[in-house]
Amino acid sequence: MSKAGIIAVTADPPAPAVRPLPRRRGIELALIILAVLLSVYGYCAVGLAQHNTLPPGAAGYGAGLGVLALLAHLAVRLRAPHADPLLLPIGVLLNGLGLVLIYRLDLETPGDRAAPAQLIWSTLGVALFMLVVLLLRDHRVLQRYTYVCVVAALVLLTLPILFPAVNGARIWIRIAGFSIQPGEFTKVLLAVFFAAYLAANRNALAYTGRRIWKLQLPTGRVLGPIVTVWLVSVGVLVLERDLGTSLLFFGLFVVLLYVATGRTGWIAVGLLLAALGAVAVGRLEPHVHSRIATWLHPFASIEAGEGPNQIAQSLFAFAEGGVLGTGLGLGHSILIGFAVKSDFILATAGEELGLAGLSAIFLLYGLLVERGYRTGLALREPFGRLLAVGLASLVALQVFVIAGGVTGLIPLTGMAMPFLAQGGSSVVTNWAIVALLVRVSDSARRQYDGPGPR
Amino acid sequence: MTRHIRHAGVFCALLLVALLLNAARVQVVQAPAYDGNPANRRPEIFRYGQPRGDILVGGRPVTGSKDTREHLRYERTYTDGPLYAPVTGFASQLYGTTLLEKAEDGILSGTDPMLAPFPLWNDFTRARSRGGDVVTTLDPAAQRAAYQGLAGRKGAVAALEPSTGRILALVSAPSYDPRPLSGNGAAAARAWRRLNADRDRPMLNRAVRQTYPPGSTFKVVTAAAALDSGVVRDLDEPTDSPDPYTLPGTRARLTNASRGCRDASLREAFILSCNTVFAKLGVEVGVPDMTATAHAFGFDNPALRVPFPVARSTFGTSLDRAQLALSSIGQYNTRATPLQMAMVAAAVANGGQVREPYLVERTTRPGGSTLAAAGPRAVRQAMYPSTAVRLRALMREVVEDGTGYRAAIRGAKVGGKTGTAQHGLGNSGTPYAWFVSWAQGDRDPAPRVAVAVVVEDAEADRGDISGGGDAAPIARAVMKAVLTSR
Repeated sequence: MSKAGIIAVTADPPAPAVRPLPRRRGIELALIILAVLLSVYGYCAVGLAQHNTLPPGAAGYGAGLGVLALLAHLAVRLRAPHADPLLLPIGVLLNGLGLVLIYRLDLETPGDRAAPAQLIWSTLGVALFMLVVLLLRDHRVLQRYTYVCVVAALVLLTLPILFPAVNGARIWIRIAGFSIQPGEFTKVLLAVFFAAYLAANRNALAYTGRRIWKLQLPTGRVLGPIVTVWLVSVGVLVLERDLGTSLLFFGLFVVLLYVATGRTGWIAVGLLLAALGAVAVGRLEPHVHSRIATWLHPFASIEAGEGPNQIAQSLFAFAEGGVLGTGLGLGHSILIGFAVKSDFILATAGEELGLAGLSAIFLLYGLLVERGYRTGLALREPFGRLLAVGLASLVALQVFVIAGGVTGLIPLTGMAMPFLAQGGSSVVTNWAIVALLVRVSDSARRQYDGPGPR
Repeated sequence: MTRHIRHAGVFCALLLVALLLNAARVQVVQAPAYDGNPANRRPEIFRYGQPRGDILVGGRPVTGSKDTREHLRYERTYTDGPLYAPVTGFASQLYGTTLLEKAEDGILSGTDPMLAPFPLWNDFTRARSRGGDVVTTLDPAAQRAAYQGLAGRKGAVAALEPSTGRILALVSAPSYDPRPLSGNGAAAARAWRRLNADRDRPMLNRAVRQTYPPGSTFKVVTAAAALDSGVVRDLDEPTDSPDPYTLPGTRARLTNASRGCRDASLREAFILSCNTVFAKLGVEVGVPDMTATAHAFGFDNPALRVPFPVARSTFGTSLDRAQLALSSIGQYNTRATPLQMAMVAAAVANGGQVREPYLVERTTRPGGSTLAAAGPRAVRQAMYPSTAVRLRALMREVVEDGTGYRAAIRGAKVGGKTGTAQHGLGNSGTPYAWFVSWAQGDRDPAPRVAVAVVVEDAEADRGDISGGGDAAPIARAVMKAVLTSR
């Protein structure tokens, strides 16, 4: 892998030892303004396409998003002046675009408006972002709360079992009219826990244990706790029937383990566990089996005379978009029906913005992940590195699982597209991820002295 | 550790590449197949996403579009559904389109590339042209006269302008209202089932899609063949025909409903509608000439479109002499649509020339500018002009002194021929009453209208009385409507 990273946009010049990189806050501000203007433009395009007039709230919407973004920017300027200048603008643009897409779909479902709630949740998310940036002065503080994190994560995971199932999955809790998906918050907590635990124990994990052929297997002593946590979380998720999240946790677990220890043996163990889990889940859960069948034959239900299923409708939407898309507000992705604003939001982007817009969205996520990895490479202490890599991988895996699911690349597992999809908990969580990345990147760039030790 | 972070980074990059490649696969490579999937509703949504163009009769639209605000947004409406159903057909979101709605669908729905401002413009912009209008040749007064004349009795009327082939009236009864079929709900499905289960078959367009034995009205064709071929040279010369007439090669005897047919002249035989005389004349003309004349009138043409297809009218080609005798009086395998019999009358009125009938005067862009106009149509000479002159005289006599007296119009020259066609096993069915005619106002330079009327369940005993009694008054009303409308 070259130094250019995954998608190189800003080439970091090799700086002399312990000299902070340029702050680049002006660039961040300019990009944020661009992101807000793009979102407002999308909002206006929807209104023009649907009613031939500018939507009534365009100015207010733009002002609201602008004020939120500027406040976040001020927080960064104040408390994380060295932070990577791309992270916040990407978050603003994706969140703004998500609001546009949800607003656009709201026009098709006058009885069920999701955009206002999403705007409130976005506000909460940005507020959390500012809180984290302002109050968390050093990410290493989080290391102290390793076990608090894991306990909190397990409690949050278990909580929805006490609440009634919604659409077959027990992943929501309802408080005062608001649905909260605790599993979303768990992701960050588990990433912190994995990073802290692996940073502390990586030597033990890497250098002890039996060797079978070329695989260096870890010892049971260190393996125990982490596999237990993983098993518990996956077990709970299977009980709650949220397979996307369990897949995500598993992926995060394997990636961090590999990064921390460098042992391919871990990947072998992980894949073995995954295979066992897949077989078990496939046996126990008939709806997983049907998901795989749908993935292999998305048009089987049409041939059976039962009409197109959601995947087929989603593929139709993407296909309609072609290269340039139908234009915002001019597609018919609403045919997908259930979950069109959440899991299938990408189909609307694909239909109305085309392959060009969809690729741009993928590249934005890619850029976000790349900035996370770049931060991990720049840092010297293992917790920060693992945390940055873990958070970035979380975004990468989540985008892959849901985007691959709705475009027919892999079997569909329900999950929210980060920032784009309707879902309050998801937006808040993603802002927390960006906030932590900003915090970590601030320390990384402040003490930059070339890539870390090999 | 750095190395492993890079490895993990490469892994994430691979995921990104996989997503991008797969997106290109779905949106570019597979897109045409997905777009064409029958379960993909987008083509339907686009199709019904804008008001359909209108069909115009007499300068006024007889169709409309209703905004339902549903997924399939615009539904077809009809101002005079049953009156114009045999012309418009229906445009249903569930059951497709028929007749003009089908034949001119490209114009009406806006998909016709001619509607685009520039070639390939719509392909590039993904825009869709608004639907254009279809202007028909119908005369609303004639159409209404025919519809009211049939008054729901099973039958059909077709009227033409002889000099051009413009269709002035096209009515089938009993008719139906196409409006309930337009939508996509349960009501449309119910209407569809009800109409299909109806024993009177209201959705059958009897004027163009149903053939009947033409009976005595076919004697116009036989007379033309006899005169053209020289079998008869003088209208008043006795034809040397017996009554009853024994069909050649058989012992079957053909009789007449009226007296005075023995050895009658062509003029007498035409006015009395003598089966014996025309059967004998047909045999004397012979199969080749009879067939040639029938084909020249338009029989056995499977490709006639007005612009929707017209059922093929038949005159058998491989006939023995007995079959030829029966065929020559419009029985046996001779069958004709009402439109075909109107063409026969029009040929007589138009100096022996058959103009191919057409229903669409022109198509227009949404603004009203002409997109395409009906060009000159094919012309066939079905008989010598001199023969046409003599046949006109014979047909006028039928109206002035014969069975067609009910078709007479004051202040106009009217020529006609009645017919009663037996059908069914052993001729057990109620006979079909026919009347074909043409009319020329006293101040008109040429005949202005030719009509064919068939009434299926005529209340009549045998004989030409029923053709004159049931069908002639309808033809008269239609002709009068055309003559008085300017």
